[in-house]
Amino acid sequence: MSSVLYDEMGPRGRRAVAIGSVTGSVILAGIVYVIYRQMDSRGQFNPAIWSVLQNPDLVQLLIRGLLATLKVAFVSMILSLTVGVFIAVARMSRFNSISLPTAAIIEILRGIPLLLIIFSVYLGAPALGLEVSVFWALVIGLTAYNSVIIGEILRAGINALPQGQAEAGAAIGLTSTQILTSILLPQAVSRMLPVMISQLVIVLKETSLGFIIGYTELLRNGRTAVEYLGGQYSIPIYTTIAAVYILINVTLSLIATRMERRSSHP
Amino acid sequence: MSVIVENIDIFWEGVKVTLWLTAISSVIALALGTILAALRVSPVPILRGFSAFYVEIVRNTPITIVFFFSAFVLPQMGVRFSYFTFAVIALSVYYASFFCEAIRSGINSVALGQAEAARSIGFTFMKSLRLIILPQALRTVVPPLISVFIALTKNTAVAASFGVSELLAKMIYLADEESTAILWILAATAIFYLAITVPAGALASHLENRLRFAR
Repeated sequence: MSSVLYDEMGPRGRRAVAIGSVTGSVILAGIVYVIYRQMDSRGQFNPAIWSVLQNPDLVQLLIRGLLATLKVAFVSMILSLTVGVFIAVARMSRFNSISLPTAAIIEILRGIPLLLIIFSVYLGAPALGLEVSVFWALVIGLTAYNSVIIGEILRAGINALPQGQAEAGAAIGLTSTQILTSILLPQAVSRMLPVMISQLVIVLKETSLGFIIGYTELLRNGRTAVEYLGGQYSIPIYTTIAAVYILINVTLSLIATRMERRSSHP
Repeated sequence: MSVIVENIDIFWEGVKVTLWLTAISSVIALALGTILAALRVSPVPILRGFSAFYVEIVRNTPITIVFFFSAFVLPQMGVRFSYFTFAVIALSVYYASFFCEAIRSGINSVALGQAEAARSIGFTFMKSLRLIILPQALRTVVPPLISVFIALTKNTAVAASFGVSELLAKMIYLADEESTAILWILAATAIFYLAITVPAGALASHLENRLRFAR
């Protein structure tokens, strides 16, 4: 195997790699063994602890949590994509009175923690006389944060298009709105689709912040279960939840990579 | 407005904790990330595999779950630390994978011919790494590293719900105490965060422009 860093190995190189493999394996095995012993001494490999996962009530609770997570993720993704288009358009507006305030909002929303945005919606809206449920506080927070990022992704996509695209549109007499909606945006969207999917993976991960404001999603239900059943069950339950997230996200990322490969070889 | 002035001490306490959390976590995460990136580009398959596995797992896990493992599972394993230390562990473990990816993409961005040229004039692996690859990789890698640093700064806020009384935790406390001035408190908290992240972002784009000219 050769890369930027090394060529096909000669005999000396191969020997060095073999030594490295053995040393590396020993060190990794040592780390795994230390963790294993620590967990074992706490009885974490006791089958009784892992069989908690067969408890139908727990399974039901986690599935209900997963559905709540997916619901937030889905609504936020759709809204972020929609609002993102508007943000990209507003940011690229010819009128400074539109593009400059948009740029300022983008800068602010990208510079503060998502959790602060969620809390601002959750605590700030009642002060303005609006009642917002935890579900909508979470959705609005996630949308505000991610639509800005989607908007910037789209804008980068539009900027990366050849100048001739817009010029050709102008030459056949399209208005600037028509050029944007029928020439630039469709190309930017298809070009940026892989990046946008990676951003959706991030949205899915961020829904877990709902745990903090008390939305009963996957993580919150897992926590409830551990508090009810006892701390010794924390490893099986949290590991399961992590595995669910990883499974969904890896699948989404694989789709993104697939698309990227496809779009790079048209 | 006066509520901010009256409680500026409380805010300042929070800002200090946020800054410490950011500083310590980013140093540790950067060190871990560099080691992971070195493993990731090494010619030893098992080390490459380990690093890829780590990055893939951690990057696809929500940071809240990483905090769960550090703040709730480690104590179950008999590890006794302060909340602050658990937060540092969670942030370091999580962001090491992002730093690793940033560094790796920097190394991969160095043109193949550069390394081939180094090898053809007889440079050893270490020598080509030290004199040819790394100096060029470092340039491309600085702006993405700053982006990861900004993301880390923002996500220190998650530590608020794991017992660390940093800026966001102070905000939640004040929101409870002075609920009539909630909008002022939210705005002030946002400004404190922006005071850290906006200059960092500006530095990143400044460096990006300068390094682009240097190429």
